[in-house]
Amino acid sequence: MAANGKNGKEVVIAVRDIVAGFGETNVLNHLDLNVYRGEVLGFVGGSGAGKSVLMRTIIGLVPKRHGTIEVFGVDMDGASDKERRAVERRWGVLFQQGALFSSLTVKENLQFPVREYLKLSQRLLDELAVAKLEMVGLSADVQDKFPSELSGGMTKRVALARALALDPEIVFLDEPTSGLDPIGAGDFDSLIATLQRTLGLTVFMVTHDLDSLHTVCDRIAVLADGKVIAQGTMETMLASEHPWLKAYFHGKRSRAVEQGAAAVHA
Amino acid sequence: MTATLLESTTEGERLRLAAAGAWTAQHARALERLIDAQTGKRDAVRSVIVDAAGIERLDTFGAWLLERLVRAWKAQGCDTAMVGLAENYRGLMDEVHGVSDEAPRRRRQSEFIHTLAAVGRTMVKALDSLVSSANMLGAVAVAFARVLARPRSFRLTAMVHHLENVGWRAVPIILLITFLIGCIVAQQGIFHFRKFGADVYVVDMVGILVLREIGVLIVAIMVAGRSGSAYTAELGSMKMREEIDALRTMGFDPVEVLILPRILALVIGVPILTFLGSMAALYGGGLVAWFYGGIDPEIFLGRLKEAISLETFEVGMIKAPFMALVIGIVACVQGLKVKGSAESLGLQTTASVVESIFLVIVLDGVFAIFFASIGM
Repeated sequence: MAANGKNGKEVVIAVRDIVAGFGETNVLNHLDLNVYRGEVLGFVGGSGAGKSVLMRTIIGLVPKRHGTIEVFGVDMDGASDKERRAVERRWGVLFQQGALFSSLTVKENLQFPVREYLKLSQRLLDELAVAKLEMVGLSADVQDKFPSELSGGMTKRVALARALALDPEIVFLDEPTSGLDPIGAGDFDSLIATLQRTLGLTVFMVTHDLDSLHTVCDRIAVLADGKVIAQGTMETMLASEHPWLKAYFHGKRSRAVEQGAAAVHA
Repeated sequence: MTATLLESTTEGERLRLAAAGAWTAQHARALERLIDAQTGKRDAVRSVIVDAAGIERLDTFGAWLLERLVRAWKAQGCDTAMVGLAENYRGLMDEVHGVSDEAPRRRRQSEFIHTLAAVGRTMVKALDSLVSSANMLGAVAVAFARVLARPRSFRLTAMVHHLENVGWRAVPIILLITFLIGCIVAQQGIFHFRKFGADVYVVDMVGILVLREIGVLIVAIMVAGRSGSAYTAELGSMKMREEIDALRTMGFDPVEVLILPRILALVIGVPILTFLGSMAALYGGGLVAWFYGGIDPEIFLGRLKEAISLETFEVGMIKAPFMALVIGIVACVQGLKVKGSAESLGLQTTASVVESIFLVIVLDGVFAIFFASIGM
């Protein structure tokens, strides 16, 4: 059973006491984290702090050394292969570099997970591929292109469309706006927000982009020293006295964002 | 379950389609069939109402199928409306409503033209690869001349590094394989020559065959498979990650930095390997002749001295650097042809090995004609 958090919302991902790392070093050190249904959680931390490691630990790509991870109330360690696959069908992952299959066209990339899991007619698969592409703001023309022919922004969009191919309940986004120009990044943020609203997604977003944190994230969790040192809304983060948080949210680069936000509100 | 997903009732000229239950990916297959069954031509129907009030869960799959149902009836000229959709699914429905339904254009070609085009493309590609190999040979020659003019610009460390990989590290496997080939040739020779009582001529055969042809050929084929493929894969993944473009923008010539040291390493390494390989093959042949054919080592060596001359040895050794050059050029050309995908890296690596082995054998034939005509 999915446990309920303190504010009554359903917990879809419960991370308890996780230790994970490479070689002799532990990147994550007894880390706890809850992700609630329907929220957009922004996950921040310094480069190399282990944000991506946590994401990869949750989705099972990095083996953990200690602790438990429950997704939809299913303990990922104790689960049988069948249960785990059922959970995996309910999440989608956007990798940092897109991780599109380079030997398949865009359309085939989108259809690949659907074809494997559901037996649908080719006509419906083709129509759905176009629908998903248009939902992520691309035109149907790109469907026959190969990933190497796409620009960075298009790659991210196609990768997002593939992550959404099976209509997952959770999407993991690893730095979705990195490598995009500010306009493209802004578009991508609003795209994530729209999709989150229309599809009722839970979004786990690893990001460095302060604009994304401001505009789309409901809640922010901060990773430092292998632990979540703070979590809460943007306001809580800005009010925090923790030196790292002050440096991160009140640094030179963030000030411009804040001023921009203030100007908009004024 | 599926029966309740979509039900139709006709009220005079009006068709009422009641959608209910979970319109999600799991049921997409059944839903598609239901929808196709409900969109057949019915003359009596003038207007259609899709009642979505009973839908409990909706995802993109279901939303698109609903949209398709509505569009299909609209296309038949009926007034079509959707009623009762839950508020929280309105956004999703609007999203798929905007999706264009122009059928993806698909070019169909006749099988004959397709085959013809494939043959044509292959020919053009073969020609193209010949041209680019010639280009590469020229570029390497120019880079080599530049290095000769300014010896300090030569990347000795890189070359020594590659020489270790293609030469030193290849020694054990080359020795083993050529040794075994020598054994096999000698065994077969003794077995068949014995019928004519000509056992001892096996020494001539092993000596000439190994020194003139087999030694260098086996080594070249091994090196093409072992190092040529590695060169192609290395350069190819550098190309994929724009490392080669980065070099170029810094004002370096990739041919001088990456390709010349690799090719020189091969040109130096292959003759050494050929020498070692030939010796191992002779040794293997000698051992088999001794234990299997009863030819004492003294007799073997004496016979060998009579059978072969320095020329026999030279013929094999002269060929080695040229084969190395062919392998290196082909491997580097194929490596630079790699495009963005993992598949193309695999294709070019395969092409590199196949092409260089083919060319090595062709070159061997050309040399055979050449040496025959100059009487070597």
